[in-house]
Amino acid sequence: MSKKTYIQAITDALDILLEDDPKTLIFGEDVGKNGGVFRTTQGLQDKYGEDRVFDTPLAESGILGLATGLGLKGFRPIPEIQFMGFSFEAIDQIVGQQARMRFRFNGKQISPVTIRTPYGGGTHTAEMHADNLENYFTGAPGLRVVMPSNPYDAKGLLISSVENNDPVLFMENLKLYRSMKDDIPDGKYTVPLDKANVVREGTDITLVAYGAEVNEAKKAADTLAENNISAEVIDLRTVSPIDTETIFKSLEKTHKVVVVQEAQKMAGVGAQVASAIAEDAILSLNAPIGRVAAPNSVYPFAQGEDYWIPGADEIVEKANEILNY
Amino acid sequence: MANKSVVDFEAIKKDLADLPKPIQVLDENSNVVDQETFDSFSDDDLVEFMKKMVWERALHEQTMNFSRQGRMGFYAPTEGEEASEMGTVLAMKKQDYLLPAYRDVPQLIQHGATVTEAYLWSRGHVLGNEYEANSMMPQIIIGAAYDEAAGVGLGIKKNKEEDTIAFTYTGDGGTSQGDSYEGMNFAGAFQTPTLFIVQNNGFAISTPRAKQTAAPSLAQKAVAAGIPSVQVDGMDILACYTVAKAARDYMVAGNGPVMIETLTYRYGAHSSAGDDPKRYRTEDEVKPWHEKDPLIRLRKVLEDKGLWSDEQEEKLVDEYKASFKDAIKEADEAPKDKVSDMLKRTFEIPTPEMRKEIEKFEAKESNE
Ligand SMILES: Cc1ncc(C[n+]2csc(CCOP(=O)(O)OP(=O)(O)O)c2C)c(N)n1
Repeated sequence: MSKKTYIQAITDALDILLEDDPKTLIFGEDVGKNGGVFRTTQGLQDKYGEDRVFDTPLAESGILGLATGLGLKGFRPIPEIQFMGFSFEAIDQIVGQQARMRFRFNGKQISPVTIRTPYGGGTHTAEMHADNLENYFTGAPGLRVVMPSNPYDAKGLLISSVENNDPVLFMENLKLYRSMKDDIPDGKYTVPLDKANVVREGTDITLVAYGAEVNEAKKAADTLAENNISAEVIDLRTVSPIDTETIFKSLEKTHKVVVVQEAQKMAGVGAQVASAIAEDAILSLNAPIGRVAAPNSVYPFAQGEDYWIPGADEIVEKANEILNY
Repeated sequence: MANKSVVDFEAIKKDLADLPKPIQVLDENSNVVDQETFDSFSDDDLVEFMKKMVWERALHEQTMNFSRQGRMGFYAPTEGEEASEMGTVLAMKKQDYLLPAYRDVPQLIQHGATVTEAYLWSRGHVLGNEYEANSMMPQIIIGAAYDEAAGVGLGIKKNKEEDTIAFTYTGDGGTSQGDSYEGMNFAGAFQTPTLFIVQNNGFAISTPRAKQTAAPSLAQKAVAAGIPSVQVDGMDILACYTVAKAARDYMVAGNGPVMIETLTYRYGAHSSAGDDPKRYRTEDEVKPWHEKDPLIRLRKVLEDKGLWSDEQEEKLVDEYKASFKDAIKEADEAPKDKVSDMLKRTFEIPTPEMRKEIEKFEAKESNE
């Protein structure tokens, strides 16, 4: 066991993956000598050489296309998109090419790429550096979207993602990178894909969240507990596909739900959770489905982030509204 | 201030337009212009080239027939491009990885797919993509294959696969896509064995080559990526083969990527979906290209040598067409693609929701 930040946990996972399988490759903008702009790949080029960890020309579609081709040739590429806002440049390679490879070839050819990219707000970065773009990618069949909320899961989920034979978009929360530490096992372990985690048990209301909002939901649960309200907190971990079974099971116990996301409210993961509940578990509920999300504006400039991103207070407020329905 | 420019931009522009002549072995009148290269081909080689072009033309004609009978799905005509397509692909080896565009189905078949599979692909049946060939399926997204070809090339290099390259095709329109440059630039930066072929057939649907770019040649688009490139007479199969073979030899020796622009022409419509080329070009424009026809050019040489006759060609065409008829019959018999199968092949491990959908569709399908 060692205490590790979210970033250190990811580096640790990458180290294990490179060590374990000579077919894994890390590449992208500045991931080599510089160790990535966040130092996530720090030391890996020194350890594994330029053949395995290398810098590419500055072109996202090129990077992801390179990954597609390497995947077809039997490699297990782990390309990095420096900031998620730049993924638009590569959306054809991700959604149009990688995600449909197995389908196209009936499994005869695959391209098992794991794309790592930082996302999310609250760090006062420049424009296009902080978006929550999972909404654009969760609609792509054939692509998994994984969004860990803590260092332990980050390591275990990254190993599962790379070892998985289908493409994964692995989204790393910028704010979490250095703001939290966990005790995590030193060697290899995995956290299952497609499986939500009940991070706190409760009986009165279910809070469904993912990414950095899981920590806000936990804080909200603490506040609610002060008023003797027992909130169950579910961390989706994989946001496409969504583990609805874990949510439905919780609702049979709590009969109330608030769905929380950092992204804008429109057409996203929260909307999918709410619609799945409405479709298959509505009779478990005795109050409307509550939703907490960022407003539907364009992602704000740095100064506006703090009151734009939903926090624990808003979750408490919405939970009380649902509890008092 | 003086108005005199310190740089003569017009002179630079002129330099760019001062292109070397496209490579030829046979000229428009079937005269040998490169005797040494010509002599490197045996009579059997020449006959083989001719057969391949006759095969491709017959494939085109028969497929258009099927199309008119409503028996095809998507089909992009190839008539006029036989020298470019067959010449380049015949220079490749089985172990090479092909990344074709939608018009490169004849090359895909030469590289190991069956005609039946090509027809199934045309109809949008998954069994059309299960060929043994080392190949991607024909790419619809223009430019995407160039990026992927850089990746496949890098994979070949990393695997230390000897005597193996990646080769890919796009059209004149495709060179305007940013992805084309990204792919070439990556291949150049990593010195991958990737052969980029641009089949300049004059049009991107209705947009003429002249409107596509101010660059005097498409070959020079590779220059910015540090890749050697060359223009070839795309109606001369001997030239197309020779240059592609030379490029391949150069690359397998560890020299990094090459780009070839073939100057060819599409006689017919962009696709069999019914676009009318008369809307964007006149018969007067098309006619001179028919005079440069790749089959006519080589046929003359063979006839002069007494290696070819009309009867021989007719017989071949009949044989080929009969085989395409067999192929489409076989395609007709392919089992229906089922929704449950589509769900099963989306992920290796179906998601819980998909498992439910699979069950639902399997129950439905078993009642059909
Ligand atoms: C990214 C993308 N944009 C647009 C299209 C639609 N489209 C299909 S073919 C074509 C023209 C392509 O011309 P060119 O690259 O010259 O190839 P050719 O068809 O002449 O062989 C266009 C615009 C497409 N398939 N992909």
